Amino acid sequence: MRNPQLNKHGELTHLISTEGLSRDILQHILDTAQTFVPLAERDVKKVPLLRGKSVFNLFFENSTRTRTTFEIAATRLSADVFNLNINVSSAAKGETLLDTIANLSAMQADIFVVRHESSGAPYLIARHVSPDVHVINAGDGRHAHPTQALLDMYTIRHFKKSFSNLTVAIVGDVLHSRVARSNIHALTTLGVAEVRAIAPLTLLPSGLAEMGVKTYTDMAQGLKDVDVIIMLRLQNERMRGALLPSSHEYFKHFGLTQEKLAYAKPDALVMHPGPMNRGVEIESAVADGPQSVILNQVTFGIAVRMAVMSIVAGASS
Amino acid sequence: MTQSLDRLVDMPTAEALYLKLLEGVRTLIKDLPQEQVHLVGILSGGAWLAERLQQDLKLPGAMGSLNISFYRDDFDRIGLHNQVTPSEIAFDVVDRHLIVVDDVLYTGRTIRAAMNELFDYGRPASVKLVVLIDRQERQLPICADFSAWQIAEASTGSVVLAKTEQGTFSLHIEPETPDA
Repeated sequence: MRNPQLNKHGELTHLISTEGLSRDILQHILDTAQTFVPLAERDVKKVPLLRGKSVFNLFFENSTRTRTTFEIAATRLSADVFNLNINVSSAAKGETLLDTIANLSAMQADIFVVRHESSGAPYLIARHVSPDVHVINAGDGRHAHPTQALLDMYTIRHFKKSFSNLTVAIVGDVLHSRVARSNIHALTTLGVAEVRAIAPLTLLPSGLAEMGVKTYTDMAQGLKDVDVIIMLRLQNERMRGALLPSSHEYFKHFGLTQEKLAYAKPDALVMHPGPMNRGVEIESAVADGPQSVILNQVTFGIAVRMAVMSIVAGASS
Repeated sequence: MTQSLDRLVDMPTAEALYLKLLEGVRTLIKDLPQEQVHLVGILSGGAWLAERLQQDLKLPGAMGSLNISFYRDDFDRIGLHNQVTPSEIAFDVVDRHLIVVDDVLYTGRTIRAAMNELFDYGRPASVKLVVLIDRQERQLPICADFSAWQIAEASTGSVVLAKTEQGTFSLHIEPETPDA
């Protein structure tokens, strides 16, 4: 079966997940993003690529930051952007997801950017839109957050130049994290030497070994000689039951402090998808320290989302 | 001298054309304040030419290069192609005299895109266009201020500029690409 993100010519027409995308497609997105980065320094920070196209931001789950970066990206491509807070409108009145999409398609949407608390919602939408409409997943349940993974890949490539010799550690709530999943697929496809997951046993999902990931429950061992550390947010709102004793206890064992950072290589990058819980998963001195590239991630995120939108919009229908 | 692309037995060499282009640009800019003149090459052939012109003309100002992919008018038909080199205009274009350099002028669509992009960097004092080869089959009201060689008749191939490792140029014929 064809990957549902690709059209019959093998071009990326939806971005639902980094899983199953070839290295060529991932590189194409990163290369395209690189050409958008210098735009931010121009007088006019826009290009006319998506002039006349309509981008609908459908956020069934709140996220001001992600929605804003998609909005900036679409605006810089000259698209018209419409933000819909679905969680307080139609869905609350009982309309089904597909009815909502059918109605919005009738308003001549070209791209849907979808965030949903249910895994698989963007895929369901992609299956039901017409071939000239494109869906970009802005995070679905525990499943995937592909643009976050791509901007992480961009940031790593920007600072480390190549993926081939890198050891990357993903630290924290891997169990609930769509960012972790998307990053593992992208890192593996781009050919890093080793991917590690570091977390308390209760927050490590099963199946990581099958994905080629080495698991650790101890920061000293897990961070030893790594090149890149991707911290995850402790997702309090996703916690069900007593997986952790307390956030204080968590910080003591898994919070990234300067002391624990010293286990990694001296030039290791510190990344975080935001929003950060300072004092829970990361210490301020590390978050604001010289190895932190957290704000670079935000800046590169705009260029990466511009690249994704222009690539899917340019796929033949 | 106007020639057909289908009868290229007496095609001039790229190096001979380059020397003509160099003299053409020299004449074109001689009355302009040199510190306000910047060459802007369209990637990739035009940028190669602009680099060498920059060396030979010894202009005081930096040169720039343009990747016009985001300004093309056929995005809806062909989408985005592989991108590697971004545009680089590392000087303020406002009130400067810009010399846009390209290898082949054909339909004029590339130049339309380049002008739109340039104006997103600011308002230049003037823009002139110089090309190595003018194929004279325009679809838009655009013309070159100087061209080193003109080809008149409709033809079945396109002329492509190549650069050797030593930095010298050569020309060869490839099957038609209609969007030059």
